[in-house]
Amino acid sequence: VPRPSVWLLRAALLHLALGFTVGAVLLAHKGIPFAPEAALLLRPAHRELLLVGWTIQLVMGVAFWIFPRRRLSGSPYGRESLAWLAFALLNAGLWLAIAGSANVPWLVLVGRVAEVGAAAAFAANLWGRVRAFGLSQI
Amino acid sequence: MPPLARWYVKCAIVYFLTALLLGILQAAHRPLGLSPIAAAAGPAQLHLLVVGWITSMIFGVAYWMFPKYSAAAPRGIDAVAIATFICLNVGLVLRVAVEPVLALRPAAGGLLGWLLVCSAVLQWMAGIGFVVNTWPRIKGP
Repeated sequence: VPRPSVWLLRAALLHLALGFTVGAVLLAHKGIPFAPEAALLLRPAHRELLLVGWTIQLVMGVAFWIFPRRRLSGSPYGRESLAWLAFALLNAGLWLAIAGSANVPWLVLVGRVAEVGAAAAFAANLWGRVRAFGLSQI
Repeated sequence: MPPLARWYVKCAIVYFLTALLLGILQAAHRPLGLSPIAAAAGPAQLHLLVVGWITSMIFGVAYWMFPKYSAAAPRGIDAVAIATFICLNVGLVLRVAVEPVLALRPAAGGLLGWLLVCSAVLQWMAGIGFVVNTWPRIKGP
């Protein structure tokens, strides 16, 4: 597994654990209410952790790893710096969005912009690798 | 494809169909005057899709295709993997069965509330079990 994928996949697992923990608190609160204010605050974090932190990050990690490679010599996975940039922006963005969900809308905005940056960097890396199997000439 | 991965994928397909059927019931509940329990099943339907369909499919495919842990234990600790599967499915089914009833009759609380707490704990254990078993299989070059 290439190193950027190791980081993306392990970060996805960490967010899965966090997202399931928050989700369990929310569901338990539904059964036996114990903290109504906390439940309201935790719901956006639950969504962000599991949608962006877990699912999207896992897909990015697996795609970077298994999509057709560019060439045998040099960098078979394309420009790895773009994958690292996507990793950094995605995680910064999702945590800014979580922090901002406690009534700081401009933080959510900055987080969303970072997430779009992550998607763009990821797309720039992966675009040329979306093709039939076999090594390309580029 | 190992048996546990087949179970994950087949359960995921069943949840997928169930969630979409529940979506029909929700859409039909007003025009056809169905039981309000269908309308109260919104969060349960959403979680049938995101936990039952998407997460089960990911867990099953990852268990099957991620790099092997070792020659002796290629897919990590089998007992943890099986416990994860059981916890995820029992927890999810419990949620889908209890949550809509509790939403309609909050006063019923009591046992139903505690069943929802059990569902939360089971699904949490499944998440942690998957992380524990999968983490060592993600190895760098």
